[in-house]
Amino acid sequence: MAQTPVLEVRNLRVEFPTRKGTLVAVDDISFHVNEGEVLGVVGESGAGKSMTGTAVINLLEPPGRIGGGEVYLDGRRIDNLPYEQMRRIRGRQIGMVFQDPLTSLNPLYTVGRQLIETIRTHTDLSEQGARKRALELLAEVGIPSAERRIDQYPHQFSGGMRQRVVIALALCVNPRLVIADEPTTALDVSIQAQIIALLKKLCHEHGAAVMLITHDMGVIAETADRVAVMYAGRLAEVGPVQQVIQQAKHPYTEGLMGSIPKVGHHTDRLAQIEGSMPRLTEIPNGCAYHPRCPKAFARCFAERPDLITQGATDVSCWLYDEELQRVEAHG
Amino acid sequence: MFAFIVQRMFQAILVMLAVALVAFSLFQFVGDPINNMVGQDATEEQREALRERLGLNDPVPIQFAKFVINTAQGDFGVSYRIGQSVDVVLADRLPATLELVFVAAILALLFGVPMGIYSGLHRDSILSRLFQTISLIGISLPTFLIGILLILVFGVWLQALPTFGRRGLIDIGGWDTGLLTIDGWRSLILPATTLALFQLTLIMRLIRAEMLEVLRTDYIKFARARGLKNRAINYGHALKNTLVPVITIMGLQIGSLLAFSIITETVFQWPGMGLLIIQAIQFVDIPVMSTYLVLIAFFFVMINLMVDLLYFVVDPRLRGERGGAH
Repeated sequence: MAQTPVLEVRNLRVEFPTRKGTLVAVDDISFHVNEGEVLGVVGESGAGKSMTGTAVINLLEPPGRIGGGEVYLDGRRIDNLPYEQMRRIRGRQIGMVFQDPLTSLNPLYTVGRQLIETIRTHTDLSEQGARKRALELLAEVGIPSAERRIDQYPHQFSGGMRQRVVIALALCVNPRLVIADEPTTALDVSIQAQIIALLKKLCHEHGAAVMLITHDMGVIAETADRVAVMYAGRLAEVGPVQQVIQQAKHPYTEGLMGSIPKVGHHTDRLAQIEGSMPRLTEIPNGCAYHPRCPKAFARCFAERPDLITQGATDVSCWLYDEELQRVEAHG
Repeated sequence: MFAFIVQRMFQAILVMLAVALVAFSLFQFVGDPINNMVGQDATEEQREALRERLGLNDPVPIQFAKFVINTAQGDFGVSYRIGQSVDVVLADRLPATLELVFVAAILALLFGVPMGIYSGLHRDSILSRLFQTISLIGISLPTFLIGILLILVFGVWLQALPTFGRRGLIDIGGWDTGLLTIDGWRSLILPATTLALFQLTLIMRLIRAEMLEVLRTDYIKFARARGLKNRAINYGHALKNTLVPVITIMGLQIGSLLAFSIITETVFQWPGMGLLIIQAIQFVDIPVMSTYLVLIAFFFVMINLMVDLLYFVVDPRLRGERGGAH
């Protein structure tokens, strides 16, 4: 694995200074996305998934800020770039798709104008050239009769069609990385699969790596190559998607997988993890998951676990550290 | 689009008729104008003759029909006080008010819009805070006080500007304009500033609030994520989205500038319609009062019509599916 990952995040920390002290929304997380790879990022609401994505593209809303760590794009550090340089990277090298296609497009401009504007910001294409490119893109994302649709306004498109336009906008200058922040959450269930398939296909064709943020395990299972599970702003587990789904290592991931109802099994009560994720102000010492963890032991209350490599998976749980030690002791 | 304009025109006519009814009923309810017009020792015959000449003996609906027809033709009757026909009196006063309002509105826009944009974009900068503070003064001080303070500073202490009246007029085809001479501008600047100050602060605060709101929207965040230049985001995307509410308020405000320049005109003895109407009220000069009412209503209706048309230009969502799904 000598290749440089498209995106590498090291010890990223996102903070919100408040009057009562600093809230840490994303706490010391590290991961990478390889070329052509889809990394799924899952977790409950408030686990810091979106915050991580926003921090990578450096668009945190003040007072939120990157409190530490490094972000590398193709080996180049980007988290400390001046605004103007970072602006050139946004859209050009990192595309982003947001959750709600209904509000992502400016209602007062035609979709064509928004596409052309973006293309011309990042390339030397002429107005006509950019328009031609925009038409190709619209056709590519599956918008029928693009010639006519290009001069229409966002309100003349349905939700699914708008999300296709948003994807076209995110991909219009072939970025290296696409961050898709819950791209299907606001859509009709029947459209979701289409949009995900489209996103995956296009990113593959354009050679873009994808960071797919979602809370839908089904989407992850179908789309992602690897998956990162987040809990309370921390990384619980990162690994190949099949391994994480079938042999979850972290007790939280286990609970998460256990709580997905299975078609064909009759249950009176859905499985769930007891309790709820702590607020940012009340994250406990040690492992953030220990109050809900059925396997917690003394060390979990006191010490925060680091990522421990277990085969292809990295997991932050003391269980594995101890196992390692036991194995070593016996061996 | 065309159907919409026709519909709005129709509504405008209804509004004008309603206003005409109110204006007309002034004649019916505000005492007997004859008493004000003739001397105390006028005979009953003289009174009766005048009553007949003014058409005050006709049945009320006929009087109203006559009133509407005459008004529509620009015949507003004869001023009780001055004894001249009202259209002549108004034509004499209208340029003064329109110029005052025009200059005040331009001032308000010229300063209010950039100040609003600036303090929306840099809301924590010292300059924005200064603007906010000044705007608080503009909003809370009553117009007459601002006028008097300006007179005190620029007229009395600095002796730099005239404090009353309208000078340096040049007649262009029956329109007395003060905009072509230095003297005209010198006498215009204080009243126009007084009138503009409230509007300026209102526009500034409105644009600031709208900008702050729009800058938080998803499409602005998405525009940033697409790497658009700040200029394009702030002026192309954000500002345009603030325009609909701003146009609405500005339309209303220009209407009220016309209607309520009364105070400013009184403070500066500006010979416009406001001053005329104050004098008319003191003398129960009903033809002038009712004409003023109709005229102001007409201005409001026209401005609102223009505002509606501007919506069409700005916001495609209001244009319906025209050119859409066909």
